[in-house]
Amino acid sequence: MLQARLKKTFTPGSESGRFALDLEFTASQGVTVLFGSSGSGKTLTLDAVAGFVKPDEGRILLDDQILYDAASGVHLPPQQRNCGYVFQNYALFPHMTLRENLEFAAERRPRLERHRRVNEMLEHFRLNDAAGRRPHEVSGGQRQRCSIARALIGGPKMLLLDEPATGLDAPLRAEFYEILRQAQADFKTPMLLVTHDLAECFELAEEMLVLRDGRVIQKGPPRHILDEPANIEVARLLGAFNLLEAEIRTLDPGRDISRLQAGEFELQGPYFPGHLKGDRVTLCVRPEQLKVAARMGKPEVNQIPGDLQRVVERPHGLRLEFTSPAFAGAAIRVNVSRSEYERQRENKEWLIEFPSGALRVV
Amino acid sequence: MTIDWFPFWLSLRVAAIATAVAFAGALWIAYLLANRDFRGKNALDAAVTLPLILPPTVLAYYLLVLIGAASPIGRLWEALTGSPLLFTWKAAVLAALLHALPLLVKSARAALESVDRNYERAARSLGASEWTLFWRVTFPIARRSIFAATALAFARALGDFGVTLMVAGNIPGRTQTVAVAIYDAVESGAGATARILVVVVSVVALAILWLANRLTPEAGPRS
Repeated sequence: MLQARLKKTFTPGSESGRFALDLEFTASQGVTVLFGSSGSGKTLTLDAVAGFVKPDEGRILLDDQILYDAASGVHLPPQQRNCGYVFQNYALFPHMTLRENLEFAAERRPRLERHRRVNEMLEHFRLNDAAGRRPHEVSGGQRQRCSIARALIGGPKMLLLDEPATGLDAPLRAEFYEILRQAQADFKTPMLLVTHDLAECFELAEEMLVLRDGRVIQKGPPRHILDEPANIEVARLLGAFNLLEAEIRTLDPGRDISRLQAGEFELQGPYFPGHLKGDRVTLCVRPEQLKVAARMGKPEVNQIPGDLQRVVERPHGLRLEFTSPAFAGAAIRVNVSRSEYERQRENKEWLIEFPSGALRVV
Repeated sequence: MTIDWFPFWLSLRVAAIATAVAFAGALWIAYLLANRDFRGKNALDAAVTLPLILPPTVLAYYLLVLIGAASPIGRLWEALTGSPLLFTWKAAVLAALLHALPLLVKSARAALESVDRNYERAARSLGASEWTLFWRVTFPIARRSIFAATALAFARALGDFGVTLMVAGNIPGRTQTVAVAIYDAVESGAGATARILVVVVSVVALAILWLANRLTPEAGPRS
């Protein structure tokens, strides 16, 4: 298990402003993801664990080994940290064959065991045919597998991965996730993975840390974070929500009911703990949670009128983009299936339905 | 007409030794400049570069002061070997070294710095010592550029005239290198000798340039 408490401050330079990393987290079995936009400090965190960067303060523990401790002045070099590192471009040594790359990584093992271990890894990662070739002579998938094999061959206590799937086309990306899941199942090495891709978190992560400006702003399983973003920053970062302004009119914990005022319209939701009547809040609803209907007569509860602005094709279905007088012109995105759209495309006037149970406020 | 080939062979020997010494020194200095932060880094860089721009006479003057019979180095040399250093072919090696070193340091530093830092980080995370990492990863990746620069440094060492003349002199059969011999032949009206030596030196220089170009890595596929 990795336990880390880190602080590092960068003074403003000619090309960068002040940046402060200040976070605390643990990563145990399975895949833990550091999620954030560029400049959030996620790669810096990874590099501090690997020993490429020295924090100003804090402590990093991997199992029972102290990797870094500011108080006692311990700062182990990367060589002694027992962390495998998978780089964004894999950083396979270009002048060595795949086999030589693995041999280089296995050198700390006893000579007799070394040879057997390299062969095992080549076999395990289906690299036998490519073993004698150099990285630029093999396929992208073989490079991926070799980089993971190389990082694992020394038997690290933790695998660190820096945006390993960024820039890959879709088939290679899917293949990569499969390799990682397989490696996770076979080697049981805990992994700490940096990404800015939400889908990747869902593919791989048991636990997800959302980073912003050098701090952890939420942690939990990806599903939980997507269902309950802790605040508007998380919701914005995930990029998966309609964020709409509203005002709380009534709160009734007894009946688990609340009423929200949006423009001249009213929405009914569940009780929102921690909020007060009169609070200006941001509604946080995912496009796939909303529904659309044709307007006939007076809107029902939780239906508001919308003006369809745009229809966008998506791989699975369509996205309808509305504006509504209820939300002062803010865009409201609704995901619908193709058949649903075909059924309703002749609508003269549209209603957007906010299912009561889907309403969240941040 | 018989041509005395001694100056040619002497030049090759002087340039080879100077290049070998410069190679070892330059690699070490380039490694320090590329990888370490220390006080006086810029001063070291400037001092190594200086011979590229100083007039040969100025360089030679410094060398005369530094290794002359009255200097500590000159005296130490004489105590160790029993003969002075100035006006021997070994002084010519120093003169050639002075020109080979800056070329090599500049190129080797650029070559080492152009190696993707992630290769070195990967090697470290795999447990490789700094020594292993340099000789097994950084140097092999940068080596074509460094060898190309070494070939150029050799060519430059082969052709030194000014500094060699002032510190090694023009003693036929002992310190007369090919560049000095050509000067001597022209001055004494031995046109045929001068022409042949000029052609030979040009051919050798061209061959080295060709080799250096062959070694310079093309922008090709890199992992």
